[in-house]
Amino acid sequence: MNDTPTDQSRQATRYQGRGYAHSFFFYYELNIMAETVDGKKDEADYKRLHSFPLIRHTDMSEEMRVETMELCVTACEKFATNNESAAKMIKESMDKKFGSSWHVVIGEGFGFEITHEVKNLLYMFFGGGLAVCVWKCS
Amino acid sequence: MSVPHKVGIVKSKQAPNVNTHQKAAVAKGVKAIGKKKDEEEGLDTAEGEEWMQGKTLVKPPDQLDLTEAELNEEITRVLKASNPNAPQNVVRYSFKEGCYKPIVFVDQMAIHFELEGNLVHKESDEGRRLMAKQAEVDDGGGDERPDNVSIKAGKREQKLTNQFNFNERASQTLNNAPRDIICQTEPPPRANFSATANQWEIYDFYVEELQRREKSKEKHEGQFLNKEEDKSKKKIIQAETQNDDISQLAKAVKIIERMVNQNIFDDVAQDFMYFEDASDEFRGEKGTLLPLWTFQYDKAKSLSVTALCWNHKYNDLFAVGLGSHEFTQQGGGMLLFYTLKNPSYPEFIFNTASGVMCLDIHEHLSYLVAVGLYDGCVAVYNLKKKTDQPIYNSRASSGKHTSAVMQVKWQKDDLDSNHNFISVSADGRVVSWTLVKHELVFTDIIKLPVIDAIPDDLKDVIPTVGTSLDFHKQKEYSFLVGTEHGKIHKGSKYYSSKFLEKYDAHFMNVTRVRWNPFHPDVFISCGWDWMVKIWDQTMKSPVFTFELKTSVTDVAWAPYSSTVFAAVTTDGKVHVFDLNINKYEALCQQKVVSKKTKLLHIEFNPVHPIIIVGDDRGHVTSLKFSPNLRKKPKVTCFLQCHCGALLSPLVDVCLHGIPRHI
Repeated sequence: MNDTPTDQSRQATRYQGRGYAHSFFFYYELNIMAETVDGKKDEADYKRLHSFPLIRHTDMSEEMRVETMELCVTACEKFATNNESAAKMIKESMDKKFGSSWHVVIGEGFGFEITHEVKNLLYMFFGGGLAVCVWKCS
Repeated sequence: MSVPHKVGIVKSKQAPNVNTHQKAAVAKGVKAIGKKKDEEEGLDTAEGEEWMQGKTLVKPPDQLDLTEAELNEEITRVLKASNPNAPQNVVRYSFKEGCYKPIVFVDQMAIHFELEGNLVHKESDEGRRLMAKQAEVDDGGGDERPDNVSIKAGKREQKLTNQFNFNERASQTLNNAPRDIICQTEPPPRANFSATANQWEIYDFYVEELQRREKSKEKHEGQFLNKEEDKSKKKIIQAETQNDDISQLAKAVKIIERMVNQNIFDDVAQDFMYFEDASDEFRGEKGTLLPLWTFQYDKAKSLSVTALCWNHKYNDLFAVGLGSHEFTQQGGGMLLFYTLKNPSYPEFIFNTASGVMCLDIHEHLSYLVAVGLYDGCVAVYNLKKKTDQPIYNSRASSGKHTSAVMQVKWQKDDLDSNHNFISVSADGRVVSWTLVKHELVFTDIIKLPVIDAIPDDLKDVIPTVGTSLDFHKQKEYSFLVGTEHGKIHKGSKYYSSKFLEKYDAHFMNVTRVRWNPFHPDVFISCGWDWMVKIWDQTMKSPVFTFELKTSVTDVAWAPYSSTVFAAVTTDGKVHVFDLNINKYEALCQQKVVSKKTKLLHIEFNPVHPIIIVGDDRGHVTSLKFSPNLRKKPKVTCFLQCHCGALLSPLVDVCLHGIPRHI
């Protein structure tokens, strides 16, 4: 029984593809389509809701934190497809502004253990699935 | 140019031709040059011939005559590097072979010209020698040439001279020993940090954050509403318990409120402290009362002031009891505490079930207040506690008065160090109440004697209403009770059956009886019969009697002088007397409230020269004495009592005074 809707939906798609209008199949298909659409919507929602920059851990001063966060957001938006360039941009800007030497990691799945100079660490999330870790250590 | 040239050419045309022919073998010359010359000359001669057609060729005599063909003949010359003059077949005798042999290589060099030069390289020996010689020659004449050589020579010579006043000195400064200094700054502190960045961790964190934000939004809205409510409440009722959030604000707000009040009533405060009426000098003995602040409370509008009491510890704090004397107008009552620092609003507010008739603040523990109510209850309030309920109430306990409590007075702590106070009420009983743990324990002290006019069978039923009570300052056990019938009874705590003395004081209600704070024998009483009488307890009749035009509701002794007292009447006037200055007249009779307001109570401030008067509208007015009224008498040596006040004038008055009626 569980399979029938999907089977029917497949049939329905076939039929639809051929231009047949079968209301029964159409109904089922709509249901499932709606669910998948909802699922996609949820995903999209969550992406939208969770894409604001959120600081996970930091010990920077207020001013530095704000500046660094802005910089990270700008870089990630600019190089949305290329983490390396984004990281490079962030690292160079930080070096110029706050002195050497900074390290930047951007990614979606990684673990890390680092030594950083006190008051020079920022670990934040952005864009739904991106994590950025910026720290200073010479 | 061409003309002489041509002439020359013409002439030389043949000469060079002859020369070339003659020197053909010798000239190293160039065939080309010769050819050139020929050509040039040819061209020139061509021109010459054209120009000078008339002239004929001139031949030198020894010139060969050649035919045209011979002239056109081309003769080839070959250049060789060999010296034509060099011998070509030189033979030398060779001793080895013993015969002449030809030398193959012959020197082909021909020297045409030789000239010996006179330049010598300056670095060479000869050059140097020459230069030295020249230098010598020059030095003899004069030093003009700035030559290295010459200077060197001169120096070498000068070093040796002047050994007599030429002194060479050398010194060496101290060179500090070099030291190595090494410094290492502390490196900036480091810390470790580790985390994992996964998709699920990120998701979880975001969800958490969103939840947190929602919660804080709700909280903010809630808090905002709360805060507004609280602030509005605060303004109205200060004594109510407050939110923890704003309790810290309360203190600051209180201070600001006082500051604002001080600013508003700034002139009054200045008068209170510093104003001295200068016109008193011109008034002789009389003085005036300067009105200061007025204290009123909105909710007490319908009530009249039934009791006033100053706080001994905090001289700016006083208590006002509000209720009603009228039997028909009984409602709730209030106990208010005002401070001079904040005239616009009471510091403490207590609501009581029935009208407050009397109150007393404990002398030492200024937070304990005993209150007597119209319904016969006595209650004790603790100002330190934030509640508005009394800590003790005789409502439920036995021994409660059956009628209105007219006066309460604190006593010294008893032997068990319990606080106690005594009350007199309209049911004729004088009762002592002791605060034991959580309840009031009563002890009947004495019952007021019934007047003779009442028939015997009703004596138990109809009580003698006691209206006023006062305890002696020095002899704690001795007290006076005034009654509704105009009698004053003197009693003692140790005698519970009988009164020691009875004075026929007034024809009507005795509203107040008070001991003199300094003189041990003198007390004052006032009543509705328009009289104020001063008594010596040893004498049956009053020492002084003053008649004021209307019912006297209250009288009080001044705390700074034994001869000053003030009385208030129902026509709204305050009368101030100083027996030391004027035995017959008041120094000041001043109306202090508006028409139709009766003044009911008066109290002197223990420290400042001000009095408060309460009226039947619930208002309390404070007044300041002008200098004339405040005169402290001079102190004579032998009649000074231990408290430092003057008794002599009063003693005089008592001893020599004859009761007079004004």
